[in-house]
Amino acid sequence: MSLFWIPLLPLLGTLVPLLSERFGRSACALFTAILPAIALAIVLNLSLEVLQGNTLLQSFSWIPAMGLDLSFRLDGLALLFCILILGIGLLVILYARYYLSQQDSMSRFYAYLILFMTAMVGIVTSNNMIQLWLFWELTSISSFLLISFWNHKSDARKGARMALTVTGAGGLALLAGLLLIAQIVGSYDLDVVLASGDTLREHAAYPIALVLVLLGAFTKSAQFPFHFWLPHAMAAPTPVSAYLHSATMVKAGIFLMARFYPVLSGTELWFLIVSLTGLATLLLGAYIALFKHDLKGLLAYSTVSHLGLITLLLGMDTQLAAVAAVFHIINHATFKASLFMAAGIIDHESGSRDMRKLNGLWKYMPYTATLAMVAAASMAGVPLLNGFLSKEMFFAETLHQVALGSLSWMVPVLATLGGVFSVAYSTRFIHDVFFNGEPIDLPKTPHEPPRYMRIPVEVLVALCLLVGIFPGFIVGDLLASASSAVLAGNLPEYSLSIWHGFNLPLVMSLIAMLGGLVIYYNRRHLFQFQAQFPETDAKLVFERLIQSLVAGATEAHKVFENGSLQRYMVLLLLFALVLTAGPLMDLNTTAGLRPHLPIDAVEITAAVLLCLSALATMIWHRKRMIALLTLSVVGLIVSIAFARFSAPDLALTQLSVEVVTVILLMLALFFLPQKTPKESSPRRVVRDLGIAAIIGGIIGTINYALMTRPLTSISDFFLANSKTGGGGTNVVNVILVDFRGFDTLGEITVLGIAALGIFKLIARMRLFMPAGDENGRPWARDRHPVMLAVISQSLLPLALLVSVYIFLRGHNLPGGGFIAGLVTSVALVQQYVAHGVDWIKERLKIDYQWLIASGVLIAALTGLGSWVFERPFLTSWFDYFHLPWIGEFELASAMIFDLGVYLTVVGATLLILANLGKLTTSHRPTQPESE
Amino acid sequence: MSEHLTILPILLPLIGGLLLLLPPLATTLERQRLGALVVAALTLLSAVLLLQQSQTEGIQLYVLGNWQPPYGIVLVADRLSTLLVMLTSLLGLASLLYACAGDDRTGAYFHPLVLLQVMGINGAFLTGDIFNLFVFFEVLLIASYALLIHGGGKQKTQAGFHYVALNLLGSSLFLFALGILYGTLGTLNIADMSTKVAALSEGEKVLAKAGGLLLLAVFGLKAAMLPLHFWLTRTYASASAPVAALFAIMTKVGIYSIYRVHTVIFGANAGDLAFMAQPWIWPLALLTLLAGSIGALASPNLRELTANLVIVSVGTLLISVALMNQQATAAGLYYLVHSTLVCAALFMIADLISHQRGKAGDRFVMSRKVRQPFLLGIMFFVAALTVAGIPPFSGFVGKVMLLQAAQSGTEMFWAWPGILLSSLIAIIALSRGGTTLFWRRSSDKSQSEPASRWHIAAVALLLLGAPLMVVLGGPITDYTAAAAEQLHQVPESLHLLLPGGES
Repeated sequence: MSLFWIPLLPLLGTLVPLLSERFGRSACALFTAILPAIALAIVLNLSLEVLQGNTLLQSFSWIPAMGLDLSFRLDGLALLFCILILGIGLLVILYARYYLSQQDSMSRFYAYLILFMTAMVGIVTSNNMIQLWLFWELTSISSFLLISFWNHKSDARKGARMALTVTGAGGLALLAGLLLIAQIVGSYDLDVVLASGDTLREHAAYPIALVLVLLGAFTKSAQFPFHFWLPHAMAAPTPVSAYLHSATMVKAGIFLMARFYPVLSGTELWFLIVSLTGLATLLLGAYIALFKHDLKGLLAYSTVSHLGLITLLLGMDTQLAAVAAVFHIINHATFKASLFMAAGIIDHESGSRDMRKLNGLWKYMPYTATLAMVAAASMAGVPLLNGFLSKEMFFAETLHQVALGSLSWMVPVLATLGGVFSVAYSTRFIHDVFFNGEPIDLPKTPHEPPRYMRIPVEVLVALCLLVGIFPGFIVGDLLASASSAVLAGNLPEYSLSIWHGFNLPLVMSLIAMLGGLVIYYNRRHLFQFQAQFPETDAKLVFERLIQSLVAGATEAHKVFENGSLQRYMVLLLLFALVLTAGPLMDLNTTAGLRPHLPIDAVEITAAVLLCLSALATMIWHRKRMIALLTLSVVGLIVSIAFARFSAPDLALTQLSVEVVTVILLMLALFFLPQKTPKESSPRRVVRDLGIAAIIGGIIGTINYALMTRPLTSISDFFLANSKTGGGGTNVVNVILVDFRGFDTLGEITVLGIAALGIFKLIARMRLFMPAGDENGRPWARDRHPVMLAVISQSLLPLALLVSVYIFLRGHNLPGGGFIAGLVTSVALVQQYVAHGVDWIKERLKIDYQWLIASGVLIAALTGLGSWVFERPFLTSWFDYFHLPWIGEFELASAMIFDLGVYLTVVGATLLILANLGKLTTSHRPTQPESE
Repeated sequence: MSEHLTILPILLPLIGGLLLLLPPLATTLERQRLGALVVAALTLLSAVLLLQQSQTEGIQLYVLGNWQPPYGIVLVADRLSTLLVMLTSLLGLASLLYACAGDDRTGAYFHPLVLLQVMGINGAFLTGDIFNLFVFFEVLLIASYALLIHGGGKQKTQAGFHYVALNLLGSSLFLFALGILYGTLGTLNIADMSTKVAALSEGEKVLAKAGGLLLLAVFGLKAAMLPLHFWLTRTYASASAPVAALFAIMTKVGIYSIYRVHTVIFGANAGDLAFMAQPWIWPLALLTLLAGSIGALASPNLRELTANLVIVSVGTLLISVALMNQQATAAGLYYLVHSTLVCAALFMIADLISHQRGKAGDRFVMSRKVRQPFLLGIMFFVAALTVAGIPPFSGFVGKVMLLQAAQSGTEMFWAWPGILLSSLIAIIALSRGGTTLFWRRSSDKSQSEPASRWHIAAVALLLLGAPLMVVLGGPITDYTAAAAEQLHQVPESLHLLLPGGES
């Protein structure tokens, strides 16, 4: 279980600062440090076993479907990184306690920092590739939070976004790479993967997987050409720069390469990509670092350069180079973290990081200066310091490089050149800051920092010295163990001694020293040369890139999405057209085998009338009354067609719907503008006509094809069972209320909701009401003519009687609740028309909303009733009774259901029509009382 | 009662919604709220129980009116439908909770309409009959029209009109398609249809293909598939927050229907018509991803960004449909649940942010500081990570599993860049938006009210899914894998779906 604790303790630790903030700053820092310290203790405790060459493993199944296990491993490499991450992390906690000012939220800072620590520990101890990626992304996120810690600064926000975008993109590439590896190898388990090097290297997809994984590593470790985000991450507070952006997070990419070294390296492609990228980064970083006036900028580019150096070492693909890479990881972490902390102290105590202002600080802070100078000397590779040792190993390895053929001599030369610049910028760091005259308008008078703020620097500088002088004793075992993990157990012979005799690497070192000093001495000429180039700010370039991406997207978006309903309609229709037309072209014969029914004059006349009235509606659509009339002709002919083809129910329904629709449209037209402007251009009219014609043609063809084909369908069952099973001879009605009563329940719900929705829409509307018709004639004064009132009033009982009759006979003859409801509604609407709202209001005290709700409720409860008899919802019941006077009659549960339909229809129709009508009166609909 | 459990997620919100329209519940706002919350909670409870029942006892068939399939209408509670019913019921509850903070005052009938909307969506998921599916589409559409205009205003009315007009056209096409399919297959029961497709004669096959593809257009419109996605951004961005959150499931109804129709009816056993929609879905999925990503980059405010991320999620889901294998469907189902929850939460968060930023609303411009930077910041941050598919929240699980489901080189070549690049664009858009919303601020003090407890409860309810779906990832992915298996292996369960049928 102890392995789980290593990432788990810091994870829990993210909450500690949030909880302990109220105990004060020092207490908060102390409490925050406890859990990581325990984790470090556990690591150190386990290290004995690891150093003996064992790999500790522990896993737990999590999401097997995606190959994600909670799986940890502790081998030499993981051990080394754990110690770096947790050890330096603890020092940074202490340092940050003094670095952060009173205004900064310490708990937030620590929480982010520990979150990052968790993620980082998670990466290095992962034994599952998905889990590794999970933690990998978590470092990007926590780095984003830490860079943007001072989020009121534009620099911080932009830098954070840039880092997130670049490392986020790399993370996605890494994910693709890892998934590809897993598909090749067949496992997400690192154990399995690390043992399948040959399978992987021989697979056709190896180059793709390699490039994808390297993209992840290079973006994270700021390798050329992705190096640009790192210097801008320096907008973060300095403890963050020391921790994430020099010692740990940027090493995650290096770690990744080291982790997959046994399986991905050893090919020409690996060598070319990794070593050349490393070399380019090394030179570029070292060169630019020299010209940075900002202390942290110099250190940032120096970090880029050193990361390039480690990458180059890993790319060289020899065992000794890999050992040197591991060694330099340790050394760089120690000297660079201490340098950043020193830079932070200088910034903190003098108020500036500009090396053109910071001069001669030796006088003010000699102690800090000494520490910084030792660390910088290590960075430059001065003997007796750790930087020297790994640099010597690096130089030695460049000499053994032959893979570039006759160009191989370039590698050591360029490496030495990198060394030259490295010495030059280190010298600049020391000389410009601590000597070189007097400080120039610093915001504060520099002084030594608080005692405890120096401790982390002291510890790290001491390590630089100790490793530099007693390398074998201090890090020998750790280095051997970590290197053997990278090399999958094949540890080469190497010696960690300071003096290897007078050899070529030593000469290269000497050249680098002297060259660096010479360059620094002549820096003015070089600065002038460099000043000729326009300074490019990667942040601005990047921001401009993103901005133009956004601008492009906005343009494209505007082109496609212009808010035009017509266009969206056309797209939908064209899409449907393309989808259906394609298959139809494969239809060889449209007509099927069914014989044609005879056609008579009535049908032809009706069809011609139908077409003509439809066309007339289109042609006169701007003349509203005419269009409405021709439209109702369409409806009428459809009803007649239903009647003709033996569907009297549908004919009745269509007819009554037609009536209600015309009334509704009349009301709606009242509020619409009197004149319809001509809106479509001739071209559009032609286009639309074309589309309509083609779609009509397609639908017609399909219909013809369908109707001429024989079909066996479930309708035979309905015909056979209507009387025996549903208790009615009107099959249509039995289908509606029984066979498919559930559909009807849904549809009356739709009707009810529609009414509520229309009420909701018009309840708050203030509509323009014309005072006269389109020709300016005022409306008639006599709003409720006596004649109309009298006739409609006398018609009412008759209409109600008709609807009762239609309702009752529905189960056996054409009729039913739906039609009856419409007839009742029309009769009632007629009263509104004839007498006005006031008159009705006094006499008809029904809340239509309640009517709708109770109608649907009755239908639903009828369905529920069958539960009592242990039958499913909506199971019908019917029986025949005999009463004197009346005779034989039938009672069916479906009738209650139909009553629900009836009430809903009446309620919904009246809610819509009455309220639309009321808009013109003083009884405008408002919110219901409950609102 | 347990034998009627299958229909409860439809009946409870229906009857509850109706009772809310009648006295005594209709009279005061307090009663409306209490009634609606109780009903929504009961619906959720019934959905959870149904899910358990279908998991332990297998597919549940509910034969309405006791008319045996294929003649009557049946409800089918399998793993897929019950999962989505549970999701919908949860969303309905969250939407009502959020609205209790005051959004329900701005128009009539809010509570009953939400319940009826939930009823419609649940019905669409549960029904095993394709005409009944049409009916429930109508229910959910009509309720959504009414909810969309909730709160009033010109913008909503206009967006509502576009939405209604397009969907009416869609409904007509739906009817055409149903007519064609019924005219060739002679049946409406989905399982029964699946048995009839392979045996069609040559000419009828062509017609059925036209009908099936027309259905793709209809469902594509609902799902916001390119080129039918244009209605979505404006509709969702103009809807009030609880409504937009509830709408997060609406596109998924379209996706679900594509799954149902194009894997069950026109799936592996459809003979010549097997997977006929796949050649269409592949390019459309990628183009939908592209369109959503472009829209996300171009979004000027958080609401529109979220709406565009909904489109991105649709594209991602369409890829899972296009891959057409069981593993992809399993991944797609996980992703569907995740994206619904997080998009709904984001709509609510956008609303909260816009309340606290004065005139700037949720537009990505400099403005005063939000009143509750910590609370809203955490909510936004979690939601953003989740929706962009960055670990440790649920987004990455679905995405990774979908990537894994692409097995052949060609599939990887198309699916991987699409999914990964859209994630990257989501990261860019969200980091730009988020840093501006929270960090680019003027010195003005916020005068606004802090978020109410109802708001926080609603967002928390939805956002809790983000970590929980990862922590419980094992059981959940097992469930979606089993659901996908059920969906893809309909012939094995035909004896359950058509107990009386001859096949």
